[in-house]
Amino acid sequence: MINLSINNQRVSVQPGTTVLEAARKLNINIPTLCNHPDLCVAGNCRVCVVEQTGARTLIAACAMPVAEGMDIQTNTLKVRNARKHIVELLLSEHRSDCTKCYKNQKCELQALANEFAFGDTIFLDLTEDHPYTIDRSSPAFTKDDSKCIRCQRCVRTCFELQHISAIAVANKGLHQKISSFHDRPMSHVVCTNCGQCVNRCPTGALVEKTYIDQVWDAIYDPDRHVVVQTAPAVRVALGEDLGYDPGERVTGKMVTALRQLGFDSVLDTDFSADLTIMEEGTELLTRLKKVLVDGDKKTSIPMFTSCSPGWIKFIEHKYPEFLPNLSTCKSPQQMFGALAKTYFAQKKKLDPSKLVSVSVMPCTAKKYEADRPEMRASGYKDIDYVLTTRELAVMIKQAGIDFKNLESSHYDSIMGDSTGAAVIFGATGGVMEAALRTAYEIVTGKEVPFTNLNITPVRGMEGVKEATIKIEGCKPEWKFLEGAELKVAIAHGLVNANKIMKQVRNGKSPYHFIEIMACPGGCIGGGGQPIPTSMEIRKNRMKAIYSEDEHMVLRKSHENPDVIGIYKEFLGKPNSHVSHELLHTHYVERESY
Amino acid sequence: MEKKGLNKVDLIFEKVDPKEVLTMAYKMKSSEIIQKVLDSGLKGRGGAGFPTGLKWKYTAAVKEPEKYVVCNADEGEPGTFKDREILDKVAYKVYGGMVIAGKAIGAKKGIVYLRGEYRFLLPQLMKELESFHKLIKEIGYDFKINYCLGSGAYICGEESALFESVEGGRGEPRNKPPYPTTSGIFGKPTSINNVETLVTAMMIIKHGPESYSQLGTKDSRGSKVFSISGDTPTPGIFELELGMSVQEFVNEFGDGDTKAVQVGGASGFCVPRKRFLQTVIGFEGVPTGGSMKLFNSSRSMYNVLHNYLDFFAEESCGQCTPCRVGCQQLLKGVQKVKKGEVKSTYLNELVKLADTMKVASKCGLGQSVGNAFRTIVENFREEIIY
Repeated sequence: MINLSINNQRVSVQPGTTVLEAARKLNINIPTLCNHPDLCVAGNCRVCVVEQTGARTLIAACAMPVAEGMDIQTNTLKVRNARKHIVELLLSEHRSDCTKCYKNQKCELQALANEFAFGDTIFLDLTEDHPYTIDRSSPAFTKDDSKCIRCQRCVRTCFELQHISAIAVANKGLHQKISSFHDRPMSHVVCTNCGQCVNRCPTGALVEKTYIDQVWDAIYDPDRHVVVQTAPAVRVALGEDLGYDPGERVTGKMVTALRQLGFDSVLDTDFSADLTIMEEGTELLTRLKKVLVDGDKKTSIPMFTSCSPGWIKFIEHKYPEFLPNLSTCKSPQQMFGALAKTYFAQKKKLDPSKLVSVSVMPCTAKKYEADRPEMRASGYKDIDYVLTTRELAVMIKQAGIDFKNLESSHYDSIMGDSTGAAVIFGATGGVMEAALRTAYEIVTGKEVPFTNLNITPVRGMEGVKEATIKIEGCKPEWKFLEGAELKVAIAHGLVNANKIMKQVRNGKSPYHFIEIMACPGGCIGGGGQPIPTSMEIRKNRMKAIYSEDEHMVLRKSHENPDVIGIYKEFLGKPNSHVSHELLHTHYVERESY
Repeated sequence: MEKKGLNKVDLIFEKVDPKEVLTMAYKMKSSEIIQKVLDSGLKGRGGAGFPTGLKWKYTAAVKEPEKYVVCNADEGEPGTFKDREILDKVAYKVYGGMVIAGKAIGAKKGIVYLRGEYRFLLPQLMKELESFHKLIKEIGYDFKINYCLGSGAYICGEESALFESVEGGRGEPRNKPPYPTTSGIFGKPTSINNVETLVTAMMIIKHGPESYSQLGTKDSRGSKVFSISGDTPTPGIFELELGMSVQEFVNEFGDGDTKAVQVGGASGFCVPRKRFLQTVIGFEGVPTGGSMKLFNSSRSMYNVLHNYLDFFAEESCGQCTPCRVGCQQLLKGVQKVKKGEVKSTYLNELVKLADTMKVASKCGLGQSVGNAFRTIVENFREEIIY
């Protein structure tokens, strides 16, 4: 243990601890900006400078490892003056249109300004010297360099968590900026729209592209019927933006709030998540049969899940040779969209051209997905607007709803039913677990051999997880799988997806089925989720997801009554012709820069 | 204070037989070499002045099979051109110093990081390196030197930014600790030394520390190669004993109208005429990596300062706030003061800012911008304002 003193209080910490971490142990707050719990130390904003007795300069608390006998002061005049200067400097290069900014009151620079830089401005305005453009090319987010403070959180996110580096540091000195390959617009580079950078940007430089106003317009238009669907991961995170601690389930209140906002039908993406399992599970079994029994050389194994649009764009850019391995199933959002303007409209006797389909997602890539040209199977744009969890919270606040005191209510019927299997789609490993619960039962007629249906090996925060399930007691039509060991793997965060894909490319992958989610932790850690995020917060959301599952009466996708109903009335059977028309898609190869 | 007059020395460019010196070093123990360099009092000749012997001692102490000797030949400080001359004339002594450093710290690999603008020297340097490799092999050394070229960024002369550049990253300084002695190039213990330091180390082995330490003063042992430019009738490269005053220097190199000397380049200090006599050139006074720029009364110190700030605003790597934004503020600030668009007292705010940059910047670049700023603004305030 290393002994040091901070503000004259003694503390003992492990070697390798930083001064910042040691101070936190003593509940001494040192302000930070470039520091983020998910990312490596940068030490470049310098807001966290503190004084070390005997040192020539101030030291950056976030980057300085503790040493025996260190004497640190965090609040001397020298420190305060330096911090004030640093915050003032950042403000001088930041276009402060705070009252109009989407991040107003959620901006970390603004919070620091409030603490250190109120009153008269010291320095000259530099924003007029730097011509800027706002990159609005991505349908998912906006990049505004005039608000960028070069903390490089986004750059580290894109490299460390996602292994993409669609954005990187360019130029030096006064010309330094965060840019893309050859300054191309974000829509024309390898960016997956995952929004992890948006989630970590301390200012308004990276924000989701918001569709709040368009949704309000649709709601207030008496001629339109507005359908809303909510993704599984939204219900365990929305509360964070509305006064709850991370990990609070607010499903019922959210449904009530959506009705109060004026949505005409409040439905659940869980329904189409269950549907995805039926389609994807059947696709997997069909593929296995083609490979193992028919010897079909054109069919590819392992099969990859296709629910995460960030992952889809990643493989399209980086590993296009494996596009045939992707499940052809659309994501639950898009399955829902295709059915809303066909099946749902028919059932409710609505004119699909007057139906507006809105989804609330933990995700920014879903905004991009909804814009893909393939996603018009209904004859219309299947999903009109995608809102993030954060945008829904904004709407709830705009409407003046007292969220905490709302009564709970249930989703509407038809495409509103849900099972525990669908809920866990929101966490890494969830799709796999849901698929196994159903596929095993299809093949053997028995429940998966795990206590209480909880397939624990596929759960948790490990970057790459794997499991093997021995199939025993097959029904006659699945006899070829008797005794087979189904090998599955799960990766979340594209840095881990990349590890799996390298293995696949090297021909060393032993797996039959692989689930990949673009974001750390899966959708609960999505780019559209409340800010801030950290491992601890994601773990709390994950806990809530599994607790939601445990509380459901139905916990297997094939038992969802709405799903059973739609196959009976509309789709026929999984992977039927109608299914293929509406619920399946294809992919495109993209350039890798 | 101990003072020496102006004495010309010929140590760096002195012809030696590399075989003789390197054979001597080959027979010494690692600790012996380090002790000799420690005893000599040699401090790094790049400008920062860290004791070379200590650097070697720390690197030697780390138990790790793979270590590096790096020769910092990214000579970028405005007004410095001595390393170019050393590499041009006596490259074999630079290589010799690297081999000796390698022996001292236990490294088998050397890298010369050559300033991109010196690419024209490369063919001749490579040719000399080839015969040098043969020579040390004959003596028995297991040591190999490679070249790596810079691409024009001033910041890559900062040791950890240099490592990043060699490794293929952006030339941005790292957080310290860890220091290069434990984690340098590719995360391995590294001794990074200036071109001139390595040559000097070789000469210390040849002549012995006693003879070397007779040169110079207590805080500034030995001699130093100076790059002399500006308003002088005799610009060029001169090796001088350390410890002279600026006055003695100006007496020799000035044009009779010298009003200021910028010691140590853009990141150094401006010494005005009134302080010539009392200012010693060396670590006890104004340290320098070699750049000595003389200004006569025809020069506007506003222009001098503007030039430096323009340089720093461009050459800051841009990663840390005090340096990236601070440089721009200092530059824009003096422009506005000159134009009368802000009050002249705004200079006081800028001096405070320069002080913040000195204590809060991540690396030596940002920390030393304030040197020139403060000394020029304090001594030539009227030239900045009017």
